[in-house]
Amino acid sequence: MSKNKPHLGMRAKSTISNTVIYVILVLMSIIWLTPFVCILLESFRIESTGRVGYIIPKQWGFDNYINLWTKTNFPIWFRNTFVIALAVAVLQTLIVLSVSYVLSRIRFNGRKLLMNTCLVLGMFPGFVTMIVLYKVLSGFGLTGANSVPGLILVYCASSGMGYYVSKGFFDTIPKSLDEAARVDGATRFQVFYKVIMPLSKPIVIYTILTAFMAPWGDFMFAKYISHGTEAGMNVAVGLQYWISSKTLISTNYTMFCAGGVCVALPVTILFMCLQKYYVEGVTGGAVKG
Amino acid sequence: MKKLTDLEYLRLNTVQRLWYNIVQFFLGIPQWFVNLGKTIVSKVVAFFVGIKNEMVDIVTTFTKGSWKTKVSFLVMGFGNIARGQVMRGLLFLAFEAVFIVYMVTTGGYWLSKFRTLGDVPPGEVYNEILDTYVRVNGDDSFKILLYGLLTILFIIAFIYTWRLNVKQNRISEEILASGKKLKSGKDDLRSVLDDQFHKTLLALPITGIIVFTVIPIIFMILVAFTNYDGAHDGYSNLFTWIGWDNFNELISSSSSDANLSYTFGEILSWTLMWAFFATFTNYFLGMLVAILINKKGIKFKKLWRGILVLTIAVPQFVSLLYVSKLFDTNGVVNAMLLKFGIIDQAIRFWENTTTARILVIVVNIWVGIPYLMLVSTGILMNIPQDLYESSKIDGASVWQQYMKITLPYMLFVTGPYLLTQFIGNINNFNVIYLLTNGRPASPDLVTSGGSATTTDLLVTWLFNITTGATSNYKLAAVIAIMIFIVVAGLSLIVYNVIPSTRNEEDYS
Repeated sequence: MSKNKPHLGMRAKSTISNTVIYVILVLMSIIWLTPFVCILLESFRIESTGRVGYIIPKQWGFDNYINLWTKTNFPIWFRNTFVIALAVAVLQTLIVLSVSYVLSRIRFNGRKLLMNTCLVLGMFPGFVTMIVLYKVLSGFGLTGANSVPGLILVYCASSGMGYYVSKGFFDTIPKSLDEAARVDGATRFQVFYKVIMPLSKPIVIYTILTAFMAPWGDFMFAKYISHGTEAGMNVAVGLQYWISSKTLISTNYTMFCAGGVCVALPVTILFMCLQKYYVEGVTGGAVKG
Repeated sequence: MKKLTDLEYLRLNTVQRLWYNIVQFFLGIPQWFVNLGKTIVSKVVAFFVGIKNEMVDIVTTFTKGSWKTKVSFLVMGFGNIARGQVMRGLLFLAFEAVFIVYMVTTGGYWLSKFRTLGDVPPGEVYNEILDTYVRVNGDDSFKILLYGLLTILFIIAFIYTWRLNVKQNRISEEILASGKKLKSGKDDLRSVLDDQFHKTLLALPITGIIVFTVIPIIFMILVAFTNYDGAHDGYSNLFTWIGWDNFNELISSSSSDANLSYTFGEILSWTLMWAFFATFTNYFLGMLVAILINKKGIKFKKLWRGILVLTIAVPQFVSLLYVSKLFDTNGVVNAMLLKFGIIDQAIRFWENTTTARILVIVVNIWVGIPYLMLVSTGILMNIPQDLYESSKIDGASVWQQYMKITLPYMLFVTGPYLLTQFIGNINNFNVIYLLTNGRPASPDLVTSGGSATTTDLLVTWLFNITTGATSNYKLAAVIAIMIFIVVAGLSLIVYNVIPSTRNEEDYS
């Protein structure tokens, strides 16, 4: 590097490295987008409902979408999932915020015990609770075709254990705010409702968003509780059922693609709008552990 | 290796420190067990001392208490009512009434059967009117186990409440003796939103956790000591306690045909291998991508991030199921490769253990990089930029900067997160189940029994034997306990080794 023109050398070097990075990023974007583009393209294919060895349809049309919404159980699955997601978003948010607020703000007897118990309970795979819960729920008639309330119960009941991220957020709000309000005569409820909540918009939105999105992707609990009854399935279980066997896949494959698009579209749009809060949540969660 | 002083420790670089911590951890294991033993002994002693103190307290409350207190020992809440705290008293009384009625009507029955889990098998009785044999129900082991457990928990709750009732009497007497007033029902109601607000907020969540997690997990642990499965469903065929047999079968290699210990070993080692690769490939590649996008002079940062984030936004099952079909033997990938003459025969990605395992990890990279990219982006931005600038002036290369600044910082900050990720991957049901459903099968695993396949993780295996035709609940319960042991052990090690475990109060 000549001493008179160090900047030119540096600039050339950085141009090369930037070009390499651009190439990598473009390649990555292609890899990451390909499956989504493919599924979108295949959902418009009408010449064959099974799998074919190419992506771009020879005949285009909305047949798959029309069939999906009029001739199959997909509307039921979609409604089930949507109802579950809404209920879970409300209930889980209330539960998670209460628990994390209490654990962050109030020091009471048994607080450490409670936190350690949650930690230990979290180390068991959640699905084993189903051995007994399935029997109990089916005793109440909340499985099979009626699995929507059953699933809401299962998703929400133990959600208090997922307090980590929001507790980490509450921990960062200065305690002096609470104390000032207490000195002014506010009850603990008023502190929670009037002081902490207005400051916690990001974490509230993060909690609602994750709670709303989780039921769309849950497979394990939904599959067991719906137990093969189509009326009680959610979209994940239903669509997986369509492509789970050789005979079903040959008639339902393009409808599966269309269904995937129908599910992905609203969730993705919602997510993209609230992305900022999601990023704050996951980053905060990772740092505070 | 000798113990280093703080100063010597600080001179080490990150890798040496980590190595030092790991060695120290394993050297410390004997001491750790000694300490554990001591802790257990002291806890046990403390427990009995605590019980003794409680007893003494109960006896003194009784002997020194007024007649109101004495009656309360039998009629819970009497003291409260007699001293004007009607609401509290009625609650105590109601609880006692419910408890007695329950124990007399059904609780006693479940308890008496709990030791055997039922001894009356279903039978057939000749019915003269119908002129056939009619099935009569016998005991139901499942119900006996469940209600027996609930009854025991109810008794514990009752003893606790009774103790609370006794304690309240003593406290009330003390307060009255000192000339103060007792809290009225109105005060109690007001405190629900104030002093006792934490109890109000926690009541529902904790009830949920107890009913939907704690009791099912205790139940599951009990099931691990029974022979509860599809053949012994407890209804048409009773199940009963069999001690440690299930554990023995899974751990020691038995001589019988079904060699579950082999299956367990295979699945466990693949689970750990998977969790290791899935965690660290994602971690380092995600970090790399974040660094690339963050680099100064790169334009359209939002676009690149947005494209990756799309994978998070689209529900996982859609992309996973689709990708799984893409790589199928007659899927699009094979069709394309055949068409362009790159291969002569379709590659059986999912039907060969090695390719299936590699592909699962590769697809998981595709799924996981965006999360790690987001997480690392946030953390990378927190690294003080002057560190990089001053190191640049000192002539550090990009690689040196990465090794000396970026990586140590990231590892320090995300240590606990890495552990969570690792544990999450051990239990990563969706990726495995939706991509391969555990396939391909291997002849060895078929002969060794347990109906596991080669890309099964412990958790998908657990799912399949619970929901499958055999409904092997007892094995599922044992596997769940094994997962717990693995996860708890790992957490214990990691929290003792990594430097970034720190005090919760630091953030406050």
